[in-house]
Amino acid sequence: MMAGFMTLFAALTAVILAVAGPAEAQERGPLRIEITEGVIEPMPVAVPDFVAQGGAAREWASRIARVVADDLTGTGLFREIPSAAFISPITSFSSPVQFADWKAINAQALISGAVEVEGDGKLVVKFRLYDVFAGQELGDGLRFSGTTEGWRRMAHKVADAVYSRITGEGPYFDSRVAFVAETGPKDARRKRLAIMDYDGANVQYLTDGNSIVLAPRFSPDGQSVLFTSYRSGFPRIYLLNTNSLQSRALEEQPGSMSFAPRFAPDGRTVVYSMTRGGNTDIYTLNIETAETRRLTSSPSIETAPSFSPDGNRIVFESDRSGSQQLYVMPVGGGVPERISFGQGRYGTPVWSPRGDLVAFTKQSKGRFHIGVMRLDGSEERLLTASFLDEGPTWSPNGRVIMFTRETQGAGGQASLYSVDITGRNLKRVRTDTGASDPSWSPLLK
Amino acid sequence: MKFTSKAILLVAAVALGACTNANRFDGDDTVVMNGTGAGDVSNPQSPAYFQQAVGDRVLFEVDQSSLTASAKQTLDAQARWLQDNRDFDAIIEGHADEQGTREYNLALGARRANAVHEYLVSRGVAPSRLEVVSYGKERPIEICSEESCYAKNRRAVTVISAGVTS
Repeated sequence: MMAGFMTLFAALTAVILAVAGPAEAQERGPLRIEITEGVIEPMPVAVPDFVAQGGAAREWASRIARVVADDLTGTGLFREIPSAAFISPITSFSSPVQFADWKAINAQALISGAVEVEGDGKLVVKFRLYDVFAGQELGDGLRFSGTTEGWRRMAHKVADAVYSRITGEGPYFDSRVAFVAETGPKDARRKRLAIMDYDGANVQYLTDGNSIVLAPRFSPDGQSVLFTSYRSGFPRIYLLNTNSLQSRALEEQPGSMSFAPRFAPDGRTVVYSMTRGGNTDIYTLNIETAETRRLTSSPSIETAPSFSPDGNRIVFESDRSGSQQLYVMPVGGGVPERISFGQGRYGTPVWSPRGDLVAFTKQSKGRFHIGVMRLDGSEERLLTASFLDEGPTWSPNGRVIMFTRETQGAGGQASLYSVDITGRNLKRVRTDTGASDPSWSPLLK
Repeated sequence: MKFTSKAILLVAAVALGACTNANRFDGDDTVVMNGTGAGDVSNPQSPAYFQQAVGDRVLFEVDQSSLTASAKQTLDAQARWLQDNRDFDAIIEGHADEQGTREYNLALGARRANAVHEYLVSRGVAPSRLEVVSYGKERPIEICSEESCYAKNRRAVTVISAGVTS
C-alpha cells in the first residue's frame, strides 16, 4: 500500500482553466494579506461545499471543501463564514457568482469548486477564487486530477493556490512531516519513525519500535529520510526510502557513534556528527561513494549541523566557548564564525529554506524557547516558551516552524506544535500518539 | 571486542529498586537474560555482585563529565573487579537528564561514558574489554522533572557482559 503511495500521486496534474470573460489575473489585487509582525484581523472567506458533478462525486464534494477551509483557517490568517449565513448557495460551477449576496455577509474571498469522478475512476477537482468586493476572479481557475486516494492532496493544492494568491507567499499545505511517534512511560518509551500529512492526517509507521529511533530528516526530493537508530546497539545514521521502506546504515565505523544527520541541498551529501573517544565533531559523507570528510576537529562538542539552501555554508552548535552557541562555517572548512551572543544556550540550528533566517532552540533561565535570528545573529526573536521546546523544522515556504514540546513531570508527553515566524498562531499538531522530532518535507511534486 | 560481536548481556533481575533496571535497551544481537544469568549477588564473581556490591554507576553534576571523588572510588572498585574477573567485558552507557537538547545530550552522554572508560583504562583495564555508548536523554531511570530525579539520571553505568573470548 505504501509502495504505491507516491506513485499514485505522480498522476496528479494541474491545468489552468480557460477563463470565462476578460478578467485578468491581477498582479496585486485588493484581496491581499500581508504577513507582518502585527496582529492582523483574519480575512473572512466563504468555502461552500464543492459542486458534485455526478453522483459518484458527492462523497468528495464536501470533504474537499472542508480540508480547503481547514488549511486556510489553520494559518490564523483566514476566518471561515459558516454556511448557515450563505444567502445564495452555489449549485453550478459555471453560473455567474451573485457577488451582492456574498458581499452582504461580508465574505471578502469566495472559493467555488466542483468535483467529478471520470469514467476511469479519476477524481477531477476544479476551483475558482473570487475577490467578492472587487466583483471579479483572482487568478485563473485551476483543475487538478488524480486518484481518489489522493483527494486530500488535491484539497491541499486548492488551498495552497488560494493562500499563495492572497498572501504572495509560497505554498506549503501539500507537504508531509516525518516524526517520531512515542508511546509508553518516560522510562520505557517506545519510539517509531512515522510520516504524515502536514496536518496530521494519513499517518504511516516506518519502523517497528524495537529500537530507539531519533530525528528523521527528509531528503531534498522528499523520497527518503535520514535518521538515527540504536538498531546495532549503538547510535548510527541510516537512510530509509519512504516508498520501499528499505534502509541501510551509512556509517559503521567501529568504536564510533553517529547521529544528527541532515542532507545537503544536492541530495547526495549528508552532514552529521560522529563521536569518537568521547569527542563529537562534524563530518560529511557522500551517500553514493561513502567517502567521508571531517569538517571540525576540536575537543568540544560540535553537532546539529544544517546546510544553507545554496549548499555553501553550514550552521551548527558548539560548546567551544564553554556553553552551547551557534556557529557558521564554509562547507570547505575554515574558521567558524559565532553568530549567537544572547544570554543562555543555543542549539539545534536549522537554516530556513529562504536562506534568510536560522531557527534554533534556546535555553535560558530554566525555560526552553524556539526562536529565529538572521545569519549574522541580529534580530533574534523568541517565538515560544515552555518547560521544554526543541528541534524546529521549517515549512517549505519558510513562514511556519514546527517543533517538539514536552510537558513536565512524571507523566510528561511530547507532542508537535507549529508557530508562524511572526510568533502568531501557536497550535498543536494533531497526532494519535506522542510525537517528537518533526521534519517538514519539501512541497510535494 | 567488536561492535558486531554477539554479546550476551547478563542482567540481574534482583533489582535495587523499581527504577534501577540496568539492562541494555536495544540491539538485535543482545540476548537479555533476566534472572539466573547474572548469578548470585553473594558470589563475588557474579555480575549481580558487580552491580550491587561494587556499584555499577557513577553520577555527574549538571552539564559536567568530570568524575567526582566518590565516582573515582566506585570506579577503582569496578576496575579491581574487572581485573579479577577477566572472563567479562563491559559496555559503559552514558546518560543525561532531560534538561538539554537531544543532540547535545547524546554528545554529553558520550563524554561521560568516555570519562569512565578512560579512568578504568588508567586503572589497568584493557581497552579491548570496554565499549562505550551514549543514550543522551533517551533512557531516564527516574521520571520526575526535579533535581532529585535529574541527579540520578546524569549517570554512566558499567554493564557487564560475557567476554567474547570466554
